[in-house]
Amino acid sequence: MKKKQKLVKYDKYGYLFVAPFILAFLIFQLYPIIYTFQLSFTDLAGWETELNYVGFKNYVTLLSNELFLKAFRNTWIIWILNFIPQIGMALILVKWFTDARLKLKGAGFFKVTFYMPNIITAASVAVLFSTLFSYPSGPINLLLVKFGVLEEPFEFFRSVTATRGIVAFIQFWMWYGNTFIILTAGALGINRSLYEAAMVDGATSGQMFRKITLPLLKPITLYVLVTSLIGGMQMFDIPFLLTTQGNPDYSIETMTMFIYRQAFLGGRNYYFAATASVILLCIILIVSILLFKVMNSKTTGDRKARRRIRKAGVR
Amino acid sequence: MKKGGRLGKFYGLRISWIYLVCAVLVILSIIPFWILIVNATRSTEQIQQSFSLIPSVFTGYNYDVLTGRGFNIWRGFANSLTIAASSTFLALYFSALTAYGLVIYDFKGKNTIFAIIAFILMVPTQISMIGFYRMMLNLSLTDSYIPLIFPAIAAPATVFFLRQYLLSTFPKDLVSAARIDGASELGIFHRIALPILKPGLATMGIFAFVGSWNNFLMPLMLISNEDKYTLPMLVQSLKADIYRTEFGGIYLGISMTIVPLLVIYLVFSRYIIAGVALGGIKE
Repeated sequence: MKKKQKLVKYDKYGYLFVAPFILAFLIFQLYPIIYTFQLSFTDLAGWETELNYVGFKNYVTLLSNELFLKAFRNTWIIWILNFIPQIGMALILVKWFTDARLKLKGAGFFKVTFYMPNIITAASVAVLFSTLFSYPSGPINLLLVKFGVLEEPFEFFRSVTATRGIVAFIQFWMWYGNTFIILTAGALGINRSLYEAAMVDGATSGQMFRKITLPLLKPITLYVLVTSLIGGMQMFDIPFLLTTQGNPDYSIETMTMFIYRQAFLGGRNYYFAATASVILLCIILIVSILLFKVMNSKTTGDRKARRRIRKAGVR
Repeated sequence: MKKGGRLGKFYGLRISWIYLVCAVLVILSIIPFWILIVNATRSTEQIQQSFSLIPSVFTGYNYDVLTGRGFNIWRGFANSLTIAASSTFLALYFSALTAYGLVIYDFKGKNTIFAIIAFILMVPTQISMIGFYRMMLNLSLTDSYIPLIFPAIAAPATVFFLRQYLLSTFPKDLVSAARIDGASELGIFHRIALPILKPGLATMGIFAFVGSWNNFLMPLMLISNEDKYTLPMLVQSLKADIYRTEFGGIYLGISMTIVPLLVIYLVFSRYIIAGVALGGIKE
């Protein structure tokens, strides 16, 4: 009886402890999201303060707007171009560094070095690369001409392919170390005895990686995929500062850049920017849900692997 | 029989190949920063004539060019530091408070609060930026640091992390014992929980600080007064026409924004890598 009273008395303090968080969440996060939704159904622009509701008109206009569709395509192209090599490189590194037979040294040093570009201000990185690739006498051009790769300097930022490639490369360069570290952490959590059993059975390194490591890494790979996608869909700093205005020919204008330009440049079309934000949110939600579904629908390789191991290991 | 016979003579070859690939990646990670720092010490003529990895002697000259054109780097430092330090403090203190509240007390609606935290983790910040900006405009808070600092009070990733940390390291009996000694609830949190949380707070603190320091879009959206520019915003001004031909100055300007981060990184790299490995760290 006494105990119960005590519990009740103290547990109310819980509300006080979480109150500041909840309050800040309501003011700074929930309200702005609701407000953004609301704005997407109005015609608010410029310095107006009057709201007129226009229904779904903005959505219809935006989904047939050439520039928005282009930004949508650009965002996906750049993200895919960076993600495939990023996850590929990270998985190759994981394979090497988790291989019990190779016993590689210096994993700690490599992690620190590979992760370094990730911590540096993206804005600074973008301006740095725009200077490195500058025409006609940026360091990259000087090197390429010096070693005879090119006859004369190349204007990287006049070429759509080259500019997109550079953005994708920067993203890859900034993030593969992060992915490598996260996947390694996942791989270290795999039970050693699985590998030992496979080794006894004479499995090759490649087989062990394909049949044990990869299937068991699936959940954490999905996590990396989804977080990378959410980040990639919001790409802004690098493409915004690498060239001006998403040049050449708006080829690296991402969805967030589109939102920014609509809201803060020219006619300040808040209604358009808000609508694009809502569409972006929908894209992220739909794709994330699809990914979870696809990744989980395949019979879990996890169980298969264990079964094989058991067959192999237990004579 | 010890080292898999299958690998045999290719073993050494494979190892060399792997180290070669890693060496290339190491160079790739370092070289842009190396070129940057070297070029910050060279004159624009040197930079445009030849490529070099050896520092020169024009740092002072570049610095004069840079500051002579209104690139107020120290002001930028002070501004970025103010915002990053304040928001880190708020994020750490209030996240610890929230995590402690969720771990120690059993109150109604606890699960709802959890759901909310998980929900914010999934929703990207940029989705609400238009509403956020308009709201600040209506409150006349644009061009102030308030909207850059106070939202840090609700930092869901930090709450998650600290909650896990408390669950695994904090003996709940301490609370009962302290209550018997007549300590207040907040006093227990301050005097017992915070010291125990210190290592976790340090890890999360580094991430919160770097995240705020690197934040570009939010300040760009809100701040218009040049005296209030943060470092990433100043870097943007290096792309303006007045620096068009002053490559030495541009490199120096970028260097000055990057070198402090590199130093911080190398000092705390062990904690940072451990923090990344724990996953769930959101930029």
